[in-house]
Amino acid sequence: MMDRYTKLQMAGIYAAVAVFLIFILLPFFEMFMASLRPLEHLFRSPYQFWSDDFSFRAYRDMWVTVPLLGRYILNSVFIAGSVTVLTLVLVVPAAYAYARLDFPFKNASLGMFLGVNMFTGAVLLIPLYRVLSTLGLLNTYWAMIVPGVAFLIPTGIWLLRSYLEKIPVELEEAAYMDGASRMYTLRRVVLPLAVPGLIVVGTAIFIGAYAQQFLFAITFNQTREYQPLPAGLFEFVGYQTVTWNEMMAAALTGVLPVMVIFLFLQKYLVAGLTAGAVKE
Amino acid sequence: MANTATKSQKIRRSLPEAWFAWALITPAVIFIGVIVAWPLFETFRLSFTDARLGGENYVGLENYAELADSRKFQQTIVRTFYWMFLSVSLKLVLGLIGATLLNAAVPGRALFRVLVMPPWVIPMAIGMIGWLWLYNGAFGVLSGTAQHFGIIDKAFEFLAYKQSAFYSAVVADVWVGTPMVTLFFLAAMQGVSRDLYEAAWVDGAGRWYRFRRITIPQIMPVIVSMALLSAIFTFNSFEIIWILTEGGPRNATTTLIIDTYKTAIGNFKFGEGAARAVVIVVLLAVFSLIYLFFLNKVNKHYGVK
Repeated sequence: MMDRYTKLQMAGIYAAVAVFLIFILLPFFEMFMASLRPLEHLFRSPYQFWSDDFSFRAYRDMWVTVPLLGRYILNSVFIAGSVTVLTLVLVVPAAYAYARLDFPFKNASLGMFLGVNMFTGAVLLIPLYRVLSTLGLLNTYWAMIVPGVAFLIPTGIWLLRSYLEKIPVELEEAAYMDGASRMYTLRRVVLPLAVPGLIVVGTAIFIGAYAQQFLFAITFNQTREYQPLPAGLFEFVGYQTVTWNEMMAAALTGVLPVMVIFLFLQKYLVAGLTAGAVKE
Repeated sequence: MANTATKSQKIRRSLPEAWFAWALITPAVIFIGVIVAWPLFETFRLSFTDARLGGENYVGLENYAELADSRKFQQTIVRTFYWMFLSVSLKLVLGLIGATLLNAAVPGRALFRVLVMPPWVIPMAIGMIGWLWLYNGAFGVLSGTAQHFGIIDKAFEFLAYKQSAFYSAVVADVWVGTPMVTLFFLAAMQGVSRDLYEAAWVDGAGRWYRFRRITIPQIMPVIVSMALLSAIFTFNSFEIIWILTEGGPRNATTTLIIDTYKTAIGNFKFGEGAARAVVIVVLLAVFSLIYLFFLNKVNKHYGVK
């Protein structure tokens, strides 16, 4: 009863939600509309709300205009995937240590990890460039994977730690009492139980890794074949004209992989990400 | 008694807890050490040199002295904080409104929640391409609609003028940041015990009163911690401004991070760029410390450990 709204209130809520969603979705809508218009109609002034010859031509032509487009999208997926795997490999043991074990400098080292969140790649670009150059990683996939991993480790530890803390400790104690080693307990008891949490954290890392490629790509990689989509998209900006319609089509196509993953897992993802915001 | 004895025996048999724990975190520590801590240390060192493509010499505090004398740099600092405060405030207000709306028990809210997330899911660089098109004067929908309704009489190029470019970038930044804030506020609101609302409702408290006196205080800890996170992201926000304006027109959208990038990567003045990076780190650290002090007080006030 408390939650019941009058008709007028309902209308008000829906109207407000509509305004909010228009703000959020307008760029996507316009990108889609632009991708449907022929280039010459795109450049019509005053602005036309409706064109009479919408078509999906741009979605075909874009592969010709930028021949490497498919490669760029695959690169994006590949880089984000590698970042996810590598980050998880580093994060899982660390998160377990912070969730379960007691050791000297526990809080100090956790604070250090979280402090990394204060910096972005942009602050550290100069020396990072030199480090990557010393390690011989410039202009390779690694130039985009390695910094990507570093800046996702803190978030990964934080999210997974709060998940692991919720797994009942009794199971580990039981295994331990039966003489299992610490490593065995972690591998055979904790990890299987943590699979749902790993999926949530893995997805969050993947989305983050897919999103953060631009800066590292334009700074640390000059090899065209390795470029991820956000950097590759700017090839639609030609010397003479910008083929906006194809650029929009390519952008929308390029976000499909990450959008699909998000839509499938959004329920768990949202619950997992915000676990810390809810009081126990 | 016998039980404890065997337990302690077993524990002695295996690796000590502290050693095991450090073995588990060492790979991550080394990784962060090489990719973040060492570059950070190098940034400090480089800031005292005139490093450029050719080589580097120690120049002491020269870079900092130059920055301290530069009116342009002071303006950039002020602009960055203005950018941060404006953008974060808008994100928090919109996030609060959004979360309240999505928390309302109306049909369709599960769908609305999904529809709010795309700006966060997609790469910022791609979202910004959409905004570039929206802000286009001759062919963009914003200028087009405004002309249609006679608000302006000719095409308006949003990113071409100092003022409008700055506020356009703020709007785009708010667009990117709002979904995350909304999501966290919503989760916090759902964590508030229903009993509180029911008790207030029985006593005849209206919606607005319940929102002001129950929702806001209950989610205050989340609001203040989101504000800090959001402030750090916004302060460091690079891609949004870089893609929309590259810091122009005439530096109107140049924040500290853009200035640093332009100096170091654009002009290869590594030493001067490093000094700017150090200023960013110091400003953010001081800001965060002051904020955490404040956060502590808020948490105490609202009875959170």
